[in-house]
Amino acid sequence: MKVKGRKIAIEGNEAAALALKQVNPDVVAAYPITPSTEVVQKFSEYVANGEVTTEFVPVESEHSAMSACIGASAAGARVATSTASQGLALMWEMLYIASSMRLPIVMTVANRALSAPINIHGDHSDAMGARDAGWIQIFSENVQEIYDNIFQAFRIAEHPDVRLPVMVGYDGFITSHSEEILELLEDEEVKRFIGEYKPKFSLLDINNPITMGPLALFDSYFEFKVAQAYAIENSLPIIKKVGKEFGDLTGRYYDVIEKYYTDDADYIVVAMSSTCGTARVVVDELREKGEKVGLLKIRVFRPFPLEDVVDALKNAKVVGVLDRSMVPGSFAGPLYHEITSGMYHLEKRPVFQPYVYGLGGRDITTEHIKGVFEELKEIEKAGKPKGLKYIGVRE
Amino acid sequence: MAINLRELALKGEKLTSGHRLCAGCGASIIVRMVLNAAEQPVVVANATGCLEVATTIFPYTAWNVPWIHSAFENSAATISGVEAAYRAFKKKGKIQEDIRFISFSGDGGTYDIGLQALSGAIERGHRALFICYNNEAYMNTGIQRSGATPRGAFTTTSPAGSVIPGKPQKRKNLTEMMVANGAKYVAQASPSHWRDLMEKVRKALNTDGPSFINIYSTCPRGWRTPDNSAINMARLAVETGVWHLYEVEDGKYKINYKPAKGFKPVEEYLKVQGRFAHLLRPENAEILEEFKKDLQREWEHLLRMEEATNK
Ligand SMILES: Cc1ncc(C[n+]2csc(CCOP(=O)(O)OP(=O)(O)O)c2C)c(N)n1
Ligand code: SF4
Repeated sequence: MKVKGRKIAIEGNEAAALALKQVNPDVVAAYPITPSTEVVQKFSEYVANGEVTTEFVPVESEHSAMSACIGASAAGARVATSTASQGLALMWEMLYIASSMRLPIVMTVANRALSAPINIHGDHSDAMGARDAGWIQIFSENVQEIYDNIFQAFRIAEHPDVRLPVMVGYDGFITSHSEEILELLEDEEVKRFIGEYKPKFSLLDINNPITMGPLALFDSYFEFKVAQAYAIENSLPIIKKVGKEFGDLTGRYYDVIEKYYTDDADYIVVAMSSTCGTARVVVDELREKGEKVGLLKIRVFRPFPLEDVVDALKNAKVVGVLDRSMVPGSFAGPLYHEITSGMYHLEKRPVFQPYVYGLGGRDITTEHIKGVFEELKEIEKAGKPKGLKYIGVRE
Repeated sequence: MAINLRELALKGEKLTSGHRLCAGCGASIIVRMVLNAAEQPVVVANATGCLEVATTIFPYTAWNVPWIHSAFENSAATISGVEAAYRAFKKKGKIQEDIRFISFSGDGGTYDIGLQALSGAIERGHRALFICYNNEAYMNTGIQRSGATPRGAFTTTSPAGSVIPGKPQKRKNLTEMMVANGAKYVAQASPSHWRDLMEKVRKALNTDGPSFINIYSTCPRGWRTPDNSAINMARLAVETGVWHLYEVEDGKYKINYKPAKGFKPVEEYLKVQGRFAHLLRPENAEILEEFKKDLQREWEHLLRMEEATNK
């Protein structure tokens, strides 16, 4: 039976806070940073008003936020936090430790540019900096997805075969501060969906003392890391299953990617997060004119759903990959590298064109994306790509 | 509360033998004393450093209590999280036992890189005991200077050269910082005075709020002292006034060791350690003077604080 929820108008950050409130974690440790601050602020209000039973730990830095989350999670608690940008960067050391210790911490990230110059607006440089930290990374297109992804994140993170931290991203200011209509779940439905968390180990089990975070030398470190790599690889079907179950409950089904008119498309744009909303409008418009264009949305970036991506792109002629992060010294962004090297072995594969766009909150408009599709057609004629292009920048 | 040696001897070991700390290392002696003094079950967080690496080489562990290490600078933040989880479970009736929380860090992990996390944890009021086992340098990376290294001491990043003879700055007063920071119970202890140390640990663990104990921890490798000298060195530090034993309970100071005939000459302490050998040479007389003045100032401050807070 699908539940039809009450609808409210709400901003992205508030939706994140609301989802966390309905989850009612045991411990939230967090430190404010624009554009994610409201999540922490809102959550403190819930704590102050007794609307959650969470122990809120208002730490003195993001490094300590993640450290406290690690301690709490190791103690067997259900744990969440929020951050962005420099905050995520300051957590870098601890991100690796959280995933290597197999701790199912859920973190919302209002994706934002990295300094310098200091800039508070949205891009994906922060998340891409954390790309190899062993966290599951899910990106949300709009406010509803932030809300929905958070519940799924707990299910995925705490799944006994996964036990890994999950990062739920959404575009700073673009989604964090935009007000949209949100369809709510009732508290009871949330409770039923996420279930009770039963940790495998706990530091508070004083009768069975465990040592967590020991020193491992060359005779065992590698095995730890490979076990962790297998765990994140194997999470892919679980992420899909959780997305399906969530759909059965709400009618909003989630997969690791979203194919939008890709099946017969000659030209495909690949993107993540809010840009997919913009691209969708362009695809609709061009399709109406009979053009064979499509959009591939990457919802789950880690683990990278390579098989699904290959399947969606393999018959296209030209693919434009839109990266919203900077990789100085490389010839393209992380999404481009991921996709192109993943498809390298194919005999027949599309031509790929790399783009970097939207750094520091720079607008990406429907006109820009139309331009991309135009360019993809030119590239088909020329038979080869043009090298990295920056969208909407004064060069 | 009183410490009974027979009762202690009957308690099981919580840090077992077989760890790989150097022979004569002060850290293991201190940890055994601390864990033995605890009347309740404890959960331990440990910062990166000698104690951590030498006691948990996978697949072995020397710890008979739940233990976590996450990084170098954050054992205070890590134990904050553990303690928060405990409070959450207590509130929900998911846990019945009365558990205590201890964080162990070296002087590097508290005086320097870990100071922010420690200060934050104390300000937030977590009920945990934060212990610095203070061997006055970064030993695990090979004897580099720390904020706890005393003036003039040789370390590998404050070598005794011909122009700069050892560390130019005096040691930071972390214990006083923790008092100012608002820890409910603050103390300095030494393993040479074991009963004093263990009583302080009990007091700290029974304090309803954050507590901090700075424990003098000898390091034969870093100090260039014989392997069998740990306790004697620690005692000499107390008797020469290099390390003052005192405690501060809710702002009230109490000095636990006041020699009736005054402190022994500092030279007795310095001359048996390789790290201070150069200080006793005539050309370094000035630094030795400064070294003594540093100690005198700390001592006078303590005397004044004791008087002022006990009026
Ligand atoms: C962020 C970071 N910086 C540096 C190090 C390297 N490091 C490991 S232990 C250590 C020194 C530890 O010194 P201390 O806290 O005094 O403990 P001890 O080794 O003396 O027991 C250093 C510098 C590290 N592990 N992490
Ligand atoms: S180097 Fe010093 S502190 Fe480290 S284990 Fe050896 S004696 Fe102990």
